[in-house]
Amino acid sequence: MAEHFVQPPNWGWYIVGYFFCAGLAGGLYVLATMLRLWGGARDEGAARAAFLIAFPLVVVCGILLTIDLGQPLRFWHMMINTTPGNTGLNFKPWSPISLGTWGLLIFGLFSFLAFLQSLGKLGRGNSVVEILGSLVALFLCSYTGVVLSVSNQPIWSDSWAIGGLFVASALSGSAALLTLLARSRAGAEWTEPRLQVADGYFAVLELLMIVIFFLTLSQAGAAGKMFSGLWLVLWILVMISLLPAFRGFVGGRRLQLAGAGSVVTTGTATGMGSLSAIVVLAGVLIMRYIVIFSAQT
Amino acid sequence: MAEPVGFFTDSSICIGCKACEVACKEWNQLPGNPPKFGDGFDNTGQLDAENWRHVKFVDLVPDAPTVVGNGNAWLMLSDVCKHCKNASCMEVCPTDAIVRTEFDTVVIQQDVCNGCRDCISACPFGAIGFSAITGAAHKCTLCYDRLQGGMQPACAKACPTQSIQYGTLTELHKKADARLAALKSQGYDNANLYGRDDSIYGGLGAFFLLMNKPEVYGLPNKENAVLPRRNNRPGYLGSLVTAAVGVFAGLIAFRRRAPGEPAAGDAAVPPAGAP
Repeated sequence: MAEHFVQPPNWGWYIVGYFFCAGLAGGLYVLATMLRLWGGARDEGAARAAFLIAFPLVVVCGILLTIDLGQPLRFWHMMINTTPGNTGLNFKPWSPISLGTWGLLIFGLFSFLAFLQSLGKLGRGNSVVEILGSLVALFLCSYTGVVLSVSNQPIWSDSWAIGGLFVASALSGSAALLTLLARSRAGAEWTEPRLQVADGYFAVLELLMIVIFFLTLSQAGAAGKMFSGLWLVLWILVMISLLPAFRGFVGGRRLQLAGAGSVVTTGTATGMGSLSAIVVLAGVLIMRYIVIFSAQT
Repeated sequence: MAEPVGFFTDSSICIGCKACEVACKEWNQLPGNPPKFGDGFDNTGQLDAENWRHVKFVDLVPDAPTVVGNGNAWLMLSDVCKHCKNASCMEVCPTDAIVRTEFDTVVIQQDVCNGCRDCISACPFGAIGFSAITGAAHKCTLCYDRLQGGMQPACAKACPTQSIQYGTLTELHKKADARLAALKSQGYDNANLYGRDDSIYGGLGAFFLLMNKPEVYGLPNKENAVLPRRNNRPGYLGSLVTAAVGVFAGLIAFRRRAPGEPAAGDAAVPPAGAP
């Protein structure tokens, strides 16, 4: 059984907010790329909406990370080494925060490019660039979990599964957010059922990762703290937040099989209304809140 | 580089006077914090940004009269940053603010640290604290400024029982080995050296003679003295597999396209400002 004698870093709401926004930004970018690669012309409205929101979310990420620092004006020390006699770039691949800093910066460039292209300022997007951007986006969704695991904190360091859990949750939350964003776009009645099906798969993946997370914590003897009291109540809320995704999956799949849903009024027959999407997003936020705060109390 | 130096803290002769705490605060000009009065003599609480030495009191005195404690009833230990050979804090620090000095000690450069606090989550000994006043992480420097001036650290100089000894690690290891042998010969079978060899983070620059198991003093044992980077590979691998499954799920969900319909990326780009 793992024993810990560490002190908490007191990472709070700024970090919860950062993890939430980073997951959504990365997830939206990946969804947009997938819609462009495998979707039809009617999915373009949703893809463009996703690219338009991903970049502003990245900007929010940068702001949240910076104001969480004890010395916000030294945010650039993450990238530039200011040690006398040892100046140069700071790049430590074995430190997830160092790697994540560069990941966020590079993803910022990819998302800014896609943002401009979606505004029609830079012409058509390039598939190769979007695929590369998606790889960085998936890294952004996941490394935040790895940051927690690569520590000596109880719960965080007792499981290697937090990175995977954050990826699954980010994809699920992004699909729910995109359902909301794309609703007013042309082709929404076509794209929405497909997003719901995707969200259903992502929710299954998230559920699976929660189980793996629990098993890894049990192995380290840390599951008791994580799944008791207030945290247990919040985990139940997270489980409940997955239900709309499952329900949307059933409805969306039915529409897909029936022939694409072009005659269906968006969001009514499928059951994935705005409220359902908000519930899914709330679950994504609550899950990050639990993981971050439960280890520090 | 000078010969590596460090602390040998012999808990068997610590009397809990806290002269080390006072000397440390005095020399390093650390602000005092309100004392905490609980059920014991410990009113410092823990190592943090304002307390770089902390005398731990471990009360194992039985409630009912019994046999003699064999040196285990009332344990005291002046805790401090261990200046690990393989330091978890150095490993994760993204700004490289935490460096190894010419004395083989570990120091946080105050003008480089930006207060991300990752080192605090990594230090297995809870030896680093965050100061809201300076916005940076702080811990024992092993009196780096005094070492540069050829002096010994303030705590070692102030310790009245020589429980805290300063010197080269080679010299301190010899003293520790001799002291352990003496205690064993007197029947103190639980006495042990913590961090003397490389089993704890490759060896500690500040190592201890303990009268009980490390975990009794709030120190991780060999099995739990692990580096944060152990979770890098499984963490990223787990993420990669999850991401791959997620992308595959996206392929299944999005692949259907109406017959003859162009791909989404092939749709005409709308004029600027279009929704």
